[in-house]
Amino acid sequence: MSDLAEAQPVLSTGARRRDLVIPGLLFAAFAAAPFLAAASGAEGYVLSLVTRVMIYGLAALSLDLILGYGALVSFGHAAFLGIGAYAVGILASHGIRDALVQVPVALVASALFALVTGAISLRTKGVYFIMITLAFSQMLLFFIRSLAAYGGDDGLTLPARSLVAGQPLLQSDGRLYWASLACLAGTYLLCRSIVASRFGRVLRGAKENPTRMEAVGFHPFPYQLVAYVISGMIAGLAGCLIANQTEFVTPAFMTWQRSGELIFMVILGGLASLHGAVIGAAAFLLLEEQLQGLTEQWRMILGPLLILVVLFARGGIMGLLQRGRHV
Amino acid sequence: MSEPMLDIQHLRKAFGALTVTEDVSLSVETGELHAVIGPNGAGKTTLIHQISGLLWPGSGRILLEGEDVTHLPMHQRVCRGLARTFQITSILPGFSALENVALAVQARSGSSFRFFGDASAEPALNQPASEALALAGLAARAQVPAGLLSHGEKRQLELAVALATEPKLLLLDEPLAGTGHDESLRVVASLQRLKGRYTIVLIEHDMEAVFSLADRVSVLVYGRLIATDTPGGIRANEEVRAAYLGEEAV
Repeated sequence: MSDLAEAQPVLSTGARRRDLVIPGLLFAAFAAAPFLAAASGAEGYVLSLVTRVMIYGLAALSLDLILGYGALVSFGHAAFLGIGAYAVGILASHGIRDALVQVPVALVASALFALVTGAISLRTKGVYFIMITLAFSQMLLFFIRSLAAYGGDDGLTLPARSLVAGQPLLQSDGRLYWASLACLAGTYLLCRSIVASRFGRVLRGAKENPTRMEAVGFHPFPYQLVAYVISGMIAGLAGCLIANQTEFVTPAFMTWQRSGELIFMVILGGLASLHGAVIGAAAFLLLEEQLQGLTEQWRMILGPLLILVVLFARGGIMGLLQRGRHV
Repeated sequence: MSEPMLDIQHLRKAFGALTVTEDVSLSVETGELHAVIGPNGAGKTTLIHQISGLLWPGSGRILLEGEDVTHLPMHQRVCRGLARTFQITSILPGFSALENVALAVQARSGSSFRFFGDASAEPALNQPASEALALAGLAARAQVPAGLLSHGEKRQLELAVALATEPKLLLLDEPLAGTGHDESLRVVASLQRLKGRYTIVLIEHDMEAVFSLADRVSVLVYGRLIATDTPGGIRANEEVRAAYLGEEAV
């Protein structure tokens, strides 16, 4: 038995070292992108595209935390993008332009929305959970669209990007890029820790077999609710970033189509690996970009592609990468 | 006189017109291994579900060491020392055997609202988990994903998980169900080791195992308890022979 106790950490650090390769490459690529962009001659375009990838990667990462590790299929996750974006937009329209105010407000608003809707949605399972999260996000969408003072259907143009402690730190695209990367990397590390922690283990256990969890003394509900709140806050942060990137806030951020795209990104990248969600977001947005250039009907190509992924590459892109390595 | 470990008073449960538990009263002393036998459909598993809290009781009371737990949900009963295994194996297939057990230890040791630190590397969780695995005879398979264990090993794992919750009372729902001959010998041997250390309610079809392990045996037929006695007394009981043992001529 003692040799087992010793064998275990060795085994897990070995596995962990292998687990570091793909996220390491991913973040190295993000860090190198601005320099490559400068060399490419289309710096502005590349920078803004990769910033978008990272921001949606952040949103997809938040969804993977509950979808991949908790089997909670939230079909209303774009609501949090909207909350984050509108927190920035509405505060800015009242002259409050500092991110040190805007971001905390966005996080608190996201957390409250997640707490209330999660406390109700998590009492249901499966398809009902999907439907009820969708219903809540649609309610919020119609509420936002009715706010004539904040542009209603037309949305809201930001006077300028957020300040940080009174300084115009995000005004250049390059700086916004690094801020987005910092948010993504920090959140990724946080989520890695959450998933491996005691809390994460309860969440993962409840995904596999809730009855078993009850039988060892855990009630999954509070754990799932806290995970839902954390996930919502991360998506809210992504919303703050997206508002700053586009300098324009619109109800389109929070439509159910956007929620569906987030689920698509997570499945495309591969469930329950965290970096898979980011890779999925990158693949989705780059494909979208390419296909849009080819044809107006790009969704006609993207749709069947998702079907192929679900049918033939169950683990998504991460699944393909891992299969390649084991062979 | 000290409180019995488990005291069931006038438990009833009906699904529509079908009465599955009819006025069952049963008391299990501390340290006792109490077997419940009965033909298929007698309501044995329903009874375990009611005691463990998976099924809401109809009427009647369930006392654990004198405390009324009748209306507590399952996870709270577990925290009060009531652990169970399932007839149909219920484990976390994607977790290693050790992690299955460590999770049960985790439930008893401090808050699980901890977001930092690798839970799978916590000696405070892994040490007791390894001990429980060893007690159930699974020490050598600690790192194997639970879904890949053989059927008999999964039964042993269930036992280890139940042990790791530090129970006062163990409810074992057919631990021998579906095991082969060698495997069943292993499980009986682990039960033999547990006997006396824990108060156990054992539901089992294997009469040989029941009569060799139990201190007392209760016979459940169509939701009613028709006899509670020592194994010898049950063997000699005419009503039991007629209702249940019958031609098997034990």
